[in-house]
Amino acid sequence: MAEVSLHSLNKYFDTTHVVKNVDLQIRDKEFMVFVGPSGCGKTTTLRMIAGLEAISSGEIRIDNTVVNAVPPMDRDIAMVFQNYALYPHMSVASNMAFGLKMRKFEKAEIERRIKRAADILGIENLLDRKPRQLSGGQRQRVALGRAIVRDPKVFLFDEPLSNLDAKLRVQMRVELKKLHERLAVTSVYVTHDQVEAMTLGDRVVVMKDGIVQQVGEPLELYNRPANRFVAGFIGSPAMNFADVTLADGNGRVTAEAQGLKISLPDALASRARSKAGRKATLGIRPEDIRVANPGDSADHCFEAEVEVVEQLGSEILLDTRVGPALMAASIDPESKVRAHDKLRLVLNPARLHLFDAETEAAI
Amino acid sequence: MAVTALAASETRRVPIRLRKLEDERWLALVLLMPTAVLLGLFIAYPFAEGVLLSLSSAKVGDPGEFVGLANFAKLWDDNIFWTSVWNTFWYTGVTTVFKLGLGLWLAMLLNRHFKGKAIVRAFILLPFIIPTVLSTFAWKWMFDPTFSVINWTLFKVGLIHARINWLGDSDLAMASIMVVNIWRGVPFFAISLLAGLQTISPELNEAAAIDGARPWNRFWYVTWPLLLPVTMVVMLFSVIQTFADFQLVYVMTGGGPANATHLFATYAYQIGIVSGLLSQGAAVSLAMFPFLFVIVVVQLLYIRRVETR
Amino acid sequence: MIEGALWRKWVFAYLPLILFVIVLLFPFYWMIITSFRPDGELYRPWNAVNNMPFWTNKPTWEHFTYLFEETNFGRWMFNTMFIAATSTLISLFCGVLAGYALARLNFPWAGSLGTLIFITYLVPQTLLFIPLAEIIRDFRLGDTPWSLILTYPTFLIPFCTWLMMGYFKAIPKELEECARIDGASRWKAMLFIVIPVALPGILSSGIIAFTLSWNEFIYALVFLSSPDEKTVAVGVTSELIRGDVFFWGSLMAGALLGSIPVAIVYSFFVEHYVSGLTGSVKG
Repeated sequence: MAEVSLHSLNKYFDTTHVVKNVDLQIRDKEFMVFVGPSGCGKTTTLRMIAGLEAISSGEIRIDNTVVNAVPPMDRDIAMVFQNYALYPHMSVASNMAFGLKMRKFEKAEIERRIKRAADILGIENLLDRKPRQLSGGQRQRVALGRAIVRDPKVFLFDEPLSNLDAKLRVQMRVELKKLHERLAVTSVYVTHDQVEAMTLGDRVVVMKDGIVQQVGEPLELYNRPANRFVAGFIGSPAMNFADVTLADGNGRVTAEAQGLKISLPDALASRARSKAGRKATLGIRPEDIRVANPGDSADHCFEAEVEVVEQLGSEILLDTRVGPALMAASIDPESKVRAHDKLRLVLNPARLHLFDAETEAAI
Repeated sequence: MAVTALAASETRRVPIRLRKLEDERWLALVLLMPTAVLLGLFIAYPFAEGVLLSLSSAKVGDPGEFVGLANFAKLWDDNIFWTSVWNTFWYTGVTTVFKLGLGLWLAMLLNRHFKGKAIVRAFILLPFIIPTVLSTFAWKWMFDPTFSVINWTLFKVGLIHARINWLGDSDLAMASIMVVNIWRGVPFFAISLLAGLQTISPELNEAAAIDGARPWNRFWYVTWPLLLPVTMVVMLFSVIQTFADFQLVYVMTGGGPANATHLFATYAYQIGIVSGLLSQGAAVSLAMFPFLFVIVVVQLLYIRRVETR
Repeated sequence: MIEGALWRKWVFAYLPLILFVIVLLFPFYWMIITSFRPDGELYRPWNAVNNMPFWTNKPTWEHFTYLFEETNFGRWMFNTMFIAATSTLISLFCGVLAGYALARLNFPWAGSLGTLIFITYLVPQTLLFIPLAEIIRDFRLGDTPWSLILTYPTFLIPFCTWLMMGYFKAIPKELEECARIDGASRWKAMLFIVIPVALPGILSSGIIAFTLSWNEFIYALVFLSSPDEKTVAVGVTSELIRGDVFFWGSLMAGALLGSIPVAIVYSFFVEHYVSGLTGSVKG
């Protein structure tokens, strides 16, 4: 039962400002994911919550208590590290018992909790082994077990899956999700992988250069990115961007570039009208582009030359050239398309995004 | 009542002290304290005391008085002192060259796979492990003027016809001492350089061989440059230890014959402890300091250059 | 490996290696053979006709019995052992703590302190023995084991600290961070996690420190005077040489016995010794 709140949080390493004025409320039982490119300040923020880094300015509250000056041992949190940080000289059981021993739990209680955690994670038969006798996935489970037995107020995860191979990573991702549903403990999870962020998070914080770009539920970030960075970072394959000029004529607002003239839908048009004549960035996801039918309105169609065809089975990914711009499109796998074909494509106007050319904020 | 009150205040105070140890600066202070005390008391303080002593006229049983640089002025005119200075440099220079050459050779010999390598490596280090004074006595016995096994061997092989008085002649005595120093130092060089060699990937040498480099060129253009940082550090330690050596000369010749084989340390011992002229002896061993200082600084600068290259 | 013909291997690899081994080990053979020879055989001029220096048919214990009956050899062994063990323990204690602080903690002057330790690591004992003798006298420690137990750490601590810094730096930081989150204070995380993991390093420094203090001579020579307090090296030097007369048989027997404890410790922990030695020159 714990909320975590960050208030005007700042961190300087010497003179480098790595975390800038972060304000955030993490709700009780929420699974909050921090995502962003490396060096964006997400891990530093997590380490400040853990108490491993001093706070330069601002305030962190756990369960409504200011913990700025509380050492990590007294914060009642548990953390899973990227390299697992299993104590190499202790057996799996002792690894899990360590935190409880430090807190002077009774022996019977320690055993009960280890048994429960081992049961949840399916590692009962590993309890007597040393960490070096375990595979990567097993180590990962032990690291999780060590956190679970503590029954802490908050779980912290620092890129826990990034040392696993691709297949195991997907499997552990699912297990983490189940585990959170079962234990329902407030969790903060740091990753650079947007797929992990989208699949695991109740809400996701996107960070860049120490600044929070957007906080929201995964679908919200996908559908309504607050700026060009979030739009490009969330979603795979990444959103297409084209530099366009906005024009207002005949009662319609259009976004124009060489080889491209798209009418904006009404809602977007009304917001963009005041910027007519100015530059902007048009964004459209590959999955919102398809091959045009004869009946499609010319307002949302454009001509494209196919450069590369990637057959993925479930879809075809096209890399196309539209005037000077590159545009990826995800189309029906049954389509007969070859490189150097000239195609007429249509985009879904309801899914258009428009970003200010200077501030990069969504219009 | 008083006792319980005290106990209660104790239990309250302990956590506060532990809190302080959560601050890295306090913890560092506590952890460094024992070291600081011991090193301060028995290195920094003696150093200062040594400087004061060398500026006084103290003898055993006589605290003496401040005499300025008189002790050093006296050394300036002391032939034996200059002999020791020259000996120290000669001794350090010659032995270091041999230790490096032989050590490197031995390291290369050991850097290949053969049966019993672990055993050979373990035995080879023995001269470095066994207390110097004790092994030096074995050498002194081997160099004994009348009962020398070395003379016996040379005679039987037919190389000599009369005995050689190894420790009785000043040049031969110095050479004998050097032999012992080299004998003791080669294992240290060999094992350290072997560790350095093992960090060099064999692919590099194989690539050079495929590029057409002969063994000597492979050594000179591939192995040696990569080994240089380790070599320099090993040299640094060896040079300092050799420069400040005492035990070998003390056991082998005691500085003789006729004060011809003194080093800084043995001459300082001779004057300061045997003759009881504390101030004069302190001046001799302190005179070692500037030389050592320059050697260390030059080597450290060179090491830094090699490592950042 | 680039291999050549068999004869080349012998000429360029095995033969030189065998020579190295013979030269490096011969003095020890000489030590052993001397300590078992009767005096009659020992003091036979080098060019005597029936001299057979490399072997004896009449081995004797007389030199060893002389050591134990006519000198305080047993006492010297005990002194050396006690002094080496105690000063090693003190140095390990100080060196492990200081090495941890310098390798792991952020505090003002951490860098300069590390350099200072390295510099003291380079200070030879022969630089300071005369003023140190005065100080030992002032502290009334002269002619007691404590004069050595307290001064040997001056060269052992910098060594242990320097070596331990290397070992601590190689341990992932996350281990102790995890322990601290698990509820351990910095102190406990160091005690229960970092130090146990660094145990091989501690063993290495301990063994080398032990051999170094067993090897020390000049402090022992200067600070100790009464026969009962001496260490093996000093005792052998002062009690088995009377003026110009060397009791070679007993000298070699003493040297042999005085080497055995170090050799035993070394033989049990060769790998630790070597890894410590090579770690210490890596800087």
